[in-house]
Amino acid sequence: MSTLTPSAARTTPAKTSSLPGIGRRGKSRMDPSRNNTAAGLAAWLLALLFAAPVLWMILTSFHSETDAATNPPSIAANLTLDAYKAFFGETSGVSPWPPLINSATASILSTVLVLVLAIPAAYALSIRPVKKWTDVMFFFLSTKMMPVVAAILPLYLFARTVGALDNIWFLILMYTSMNLPIAVWMMRSFLAEVPVEMLEAAQIDGANLILTLRKVVAPVAMPGIAATALICFIFSWNELLLARVLTGVVAGTAPVFLTGFVSGQGLFLAKVCAAAVVISLPVLFAGFAAQDKLVQGLSLGAVK
Amino acid sequence: MTTATARVSRPGHNAAKPSRNARSKERALAWARRAPLLPALVFLIIVTQLPFVVTLIISFLNWNSLSPNKTGFAGFENYITVLTDADLRQAIFTTILLTVSVVLASLVIGLGLALLLDKKFVGRGLARTLLIAPFLVVPVAAALIWKHALLNPTYGLINGVLTWMWSLFGSDTPPQLDLLSQAPMMAVIVSLVWQWTPFMMLILLAGLQSRPMDTVEAAQMDGATPWAIFRHLTLPHLRQYLELGGLLGAIYIVQNFDAVFTLTAGGLGTTNLPYAIYQTFYFANEYGLASAAGVVVVIGTIIVATFALRTVFSLFKKEAAR
Repeated sequence: MSTLTPSAARTTPAKTSSLPGIGRRGKSRMDPSRNNTAAGLAAWLLALLFAAPVLWMILTSFHSETDAATNPPSIAANLTLDAYKAFFGETSGVSPWPPLINSATASILSTVLVLVLAIPAAYALSIRPVKKWTDVMFFFLSTKMMPVVAAILPLYLFARTVGALDNIWFLILMYTSMNLPIAVWMMRSFLAEVPVEMLEAAQIDGANLILTLRKVVAPVAMPGIAATALICFIFSWNELLLARVLTGVVAGTAPVFLTGFVSGQGLFLAKVCAAAVVISLPVLFAGFAAQDKLVQGLSLGAVK
Repeated sequence: MTTATARVSRPGHNAAKPSRNARSKERALAWARRAPLLPALVFLIIVTQLPFVVTLIISFLNWNSLSPNKTGFAGFENYITVLTDADLRQAIFTTILLTVSVVLASLVIGLGLALLLDKKFVGRGLARTLLIAPFLVVPVAAALIWKHALLNPTYGLINGVLTWMWSLFGSDTPPQLDLLSQAPMMAVIVSLVWQWTPFMMLILLAGLQSRPMDTVEAAQMDGATPWAIFRHLTLPHLRQYLELGGLLGAIYIVQNFDAVFTLTAGGLGTTNLPYAIYQTFYFANEYGLASAAGVVVVIGTIIVATFALRTVFSLFKKEAAR
């Protein structure tokens, strides 16, 4: 152990680089298969443990209410769609569609607005950077670090004064401001991946700005833009505090609708699970689709 | 030589003219560069900075919307109340406890998971996908599932599994937990650790996979033990990622509202500052007091965020240097 001083660690790479064959052999030695079996087993056990609540939620949503509320759990109980029928209002008369549509509207439109504002901003911060562009980047980041509770009262008072309370458009603007900093950070790192030589070549060939954007920048940046959009969608879909304070009966979103299940729904466990599954589905799809870029988005583009 | 004579032969005002032109041209160019940035910048300043300034102003006012006659300047009265009122002080303490414990626990578990997932094994992609799932359930939905399907004392999964395991050994008196009423803070912490561990794992996994392997291989050839490699190579490399994960996690968890609202509704000492502020202005209509508490949260967050910014900045500089 004492041999592994920092200086030793620093000098040894030179040794491997002078003998190119050894590096590869060393790698295979580093991953002995028996170690991996143990690690794989442990990883799988933990993965199942972490996923258990999600899997249990899905399974319970397909149980009848009586089968759902048993101790010990009835894993092999008959599957039924009763809970989903109950959730979609066929038995209770309360439709989940308005909140689901509100959530979709708020999430999709705010994401579009974010892209419209963030793409030009990211362009001005990466491809033709303005002076002091790092300062601007950190200003964007600092707005994300301010807790929502610190601004929510003036927003609420403003909305109440101008009659924008329980209005989906006001919520859309709020979600746009919530996601804009993250989107600018992510998008900047994606646009920075466009090779400078390609931009210069396009300029020499006399391509104008629009053509350059379409033919050079867009193909490289498109996957990143798509991932950014998915992440903004997830954040808007998940948001509760702003929606709870700023909306009500008309513009209430799906998470606000879910809070109706917080108390007194213990007797309807399968229905609660069905509601949770339906409302989480868009996020699960978007999240798995954006898996690889998710870290980059959540760590504000600092980690690739 | 020729340029020098040309410059000398020209009268002064003639020389100034092109340079002024060039300057205005340069200025126009700078504005053309700034133009795409401005809509986003202006929008953010109006929607996030302006309301906070208003919060700051309200925090110095006596303002309860139910008694409009008593509105007036309050000085630091609201701040004194926030720091001395037993409930609000408890909320500050709860916020710190919640944030620190959730961040530390999810970082440690996330690190373990990231180290496991960094190795190659059968079905690694699927295991990773399963592990991300907790992070992708809508937070309110996740909290509801914990409250009703997992922690419910009579038919929740956790007590159900305990009953089933004890019955395997022929016992019909299994231990039964009631976390929600006996240790509600623990219930909130456990559900948040479950939800945030995948986030830490993803960041640390990205860190592990950016680790330069030649150093590790060299250390192995020198006979270093796996522990030595972890302690002296992996951990130092991961430091920035641990810091980043911890600080971003802290910034999100300080603001947590969904779990506290859903699981316990702030009962039994689980009220954190965001929930307390929500109650103070939404139900008690104490606008001045709520604003002062909001400013306190911002001051706390600025302290954490300063460290976060420094960490992001160092990673960022590394990237810019590439």
